[in-house]
Amino acid sequence: MHTSRAVVGEPAHKNPALLHHFVTEEQQKNAASLGMWVFLAQEVMFFGGMFCAYLVYRYKYFADFGSASQQLDIRLGAINTVVLICSSLTVVLAVRAAQLGKRMALVFWLLATIFLGLVFLGIKADEYAEKFEKHHVPGASFSYHELLPGQEKLPAAERQYANPRHAEMYFSLYFAMTGMHALHMVIGVGLFGFLAYMAWRGKYTPDYYTPLENGGLYWHFVDIVWIYLFPLLYLIDRHR
Amino acid sequence: MSDHNSASEHTSEHISSVGSSVAIWLALLAGTGITVAAAFIDLGPFNTIVALTVATIKATLVVLFFMHVKYTHEKLTGLVVVSAIFWLFVLLALSMADYTTRLWR
Repeated sequence: MHTSRAVVGEPAHKNPALLHHFVTEEQQKNAASLGMWVFLAQEVMFFGGMFCAYLVYRYKYFADFGSASQQLDIRLGAINTVVLICSSLTVVLAVRAAQLGKRMALVFWLLATIFLGLVFLGIKADEYAEKFEKHHVPGASFSYHELLPGQEKLPAAERQYANPRHAEMYFSLYFAMTGMHALHMVIGVGLFGFLAYMAWRGKYTPDYYTPLENGGLYWHFVDIVWIYLFPLLYLIDRHR
Repeated sequence: MSDHNSASEHTSEHISSVGSSVAIWLALLAGTGITVAAAFIDLGPFNTIVALTVATIKATLVVLFFMHVKYTHEKLTGLVVVSAIFWLFVLLALSMADYTTRLWR
């Protein structure tokens, strides 16, 4: 009789992905999931610090921030929002394909997610290039000569211009927040490249797809950060 | 240790249907359309309120449905999510309570 596999205390059909310090696959999965959620809670605090700085300075330099915000292109911001929402759908479909054990569908949806992530970064790079051309990048070459909101209705001699130092603070926060978000996107694209390779190799099955699920949680979180960045940086100061 | 078969193991997993995922995706796109449209209408201070309310509804949809929080049986996940939102609220609310009430300076 073959008794070699029937180690005491372990089921004979033990999943090779089950690590020795976990009792069941479910326990291992829950531990990994909880760890991912705690990491995301930490990310909320990380981005929260920058959101807080943005709120404080927007309160302090309200009119100047309105002027600087109107320099952004709503059209590009809206397209990028749609691109990220679509990428969140492809992530959901990728996890679903893994749960159903459809390997080729899984690889396809992961590659679709990577493609959409790269589209987002391409549009972001185009926006950054425009900021460099207009000298709206904080630093030695920063220059800003734009009216405060609502001043264009006044006679030319009475018009007031935004304080360039305060507008520079807006663009510092703009680059810090969208730059950190873009860095998360770059890491996400790399992560999904790894996941797509491992999925291609057939590493993930309906019994084991924890890395896909946690990678998906990361991608959705980065999407949520953009869901808040878009209205705060682009939209709320259109009307002053 | 209970001997589970593969069917019982999967009872804890939620497999989202394509239909419901597409419905959430359409709701997120509609929300984006609403915020962009609202930004071009002058609502005074309500521009900010509308934009952030829609953003919060969109974020909630993503967390509950795309991140499967609605279907999880693990209570700790909910605890972590609620704590993260609570600490973020403390960070923003107490900071703004300070900076917006410095009239004495």
